[in-house]
Amino acid sequence: MSENSNHHVVSPWIYFTILCALLIGTVVTVLAAKIDLGRMNIVLALLIATIKMTLVILFFMHGKYSPKRTQLVIMAGFFWLAIMLGLTLTDYTTRHLDQPSRGATSPAVSIHRA
Amino acid sequence: MHRTGELYGQYKTLDQQKETATLGMWIFLVTEILFFGGLFLTYTVNRHQFPTAFGVGGNMLDLNLGFANTIVLIASSFTMAMSVWSAQTSKKQFVTIFLILTLILGGVFLGVKVVEYKQKFDHHLIPGHSFDITYCSNNPSACGLSGKDLQDELKEIREGIEAEGGVTGLNAHAQLYFSLYFGMTGLHALHMIVGAGLLLWLILQARKGRFDANYNTPVENIGLYWHFVDIVWIFLFPLLYLINRHLA
Repeated sequence: MSENSNHHVVSPWIYFTILCALLIGTVVTVLAAKIDLGRMNIVLALLIATIKMTLVILFFMHGKYSPKRTQLVIMAGFFWLAIMLGLTLTDYTTRHLDQPSRGATSPAVSIHRA
Repeated sequence: MHRTGELYGQYKTLDQQKETATLGMWIFLVTEILFFGGLFLTYTVNRHQFPTAFGVGGNMLDLNLGFANTIVLIASSFTMAMSVWSAQTSKKQFVTIFLILTLILGGVFLGVKVVEYKQKFDHHLIPGHSFDITYCSNNPSACGLSGKDLQDELKEIREGIEAEGGVTGLNAHAQLYFSLYFGMTGLHALHMIVGAGLLLWLILQARKGRFDANYNTPVENIGLYWHFVDIVWIFLFPLLYLINRHLA
């Protein structure tokens, strides 16, 4: 498996196709940002950026042709990133749920705010 | 510096040796993902808390320069990939040519960044004592603002002041945005400078004809680093430049 994978030479046409896709993605992300989509603006921007990143990793960085062990390391990197972002945001995005009880004198609430 | 294509004692084959080096490079890049990830997390948390101030700050950036730089960096990733291809197919003179093109494009990116930083300095947008988000709306001629652009700017600043409960609040939280802008783009630019140094070394080696189908690990691995830096920018561009563009 690994013997062959290192000999894999990606064709310049694939590189060129990816280049075009990345350039189109950049134009689309700018055009999409100029339309008011409310909360979907950021979702769409991140979606396009993630697609562009995936193309770079799979083709420019040869992720698609790498040994499974290397692919596992790449996936592990994003898994840890997801833990860091995901778990931190479960905290920050739910803090406002404390707000209505701010005036109350319940000791449980004040512990939460500390 | 070890010789080209020499097999070290601990490996069975050159392929295994190369695969090990590439795996090591990826492990380093994973630590880089988490390194930048911390900054992206800080950005997300603060933007979530101060969406208006971040929008006002983001619209102060020059979209045309940011867009042009994104194109330049993506093109440099392409030329980098092409130099890897040239090495893998033993087209030795093309390795050098594509590496030089990559270095030039990287240089253009950094040059544009210098122009942008200078502009932010002139517009009083460097966090610190002289920071003033209202500078451009108060001195439109100094920022080259007129007509509709000025009207948009005034409207946005007014709405920002309203949402943040005063100029002080808007300035404080817009400074937070610009601290992250300079921190994140600065760290990215530092990676570009390191990458430029690595490219320079690669070019010197490539000129001696070191890289071919049998031995191209340094081209491949520095290529991985260069593409990683490109990916960071792919996220920085929409997050920093495109926050509230639909308002303008």
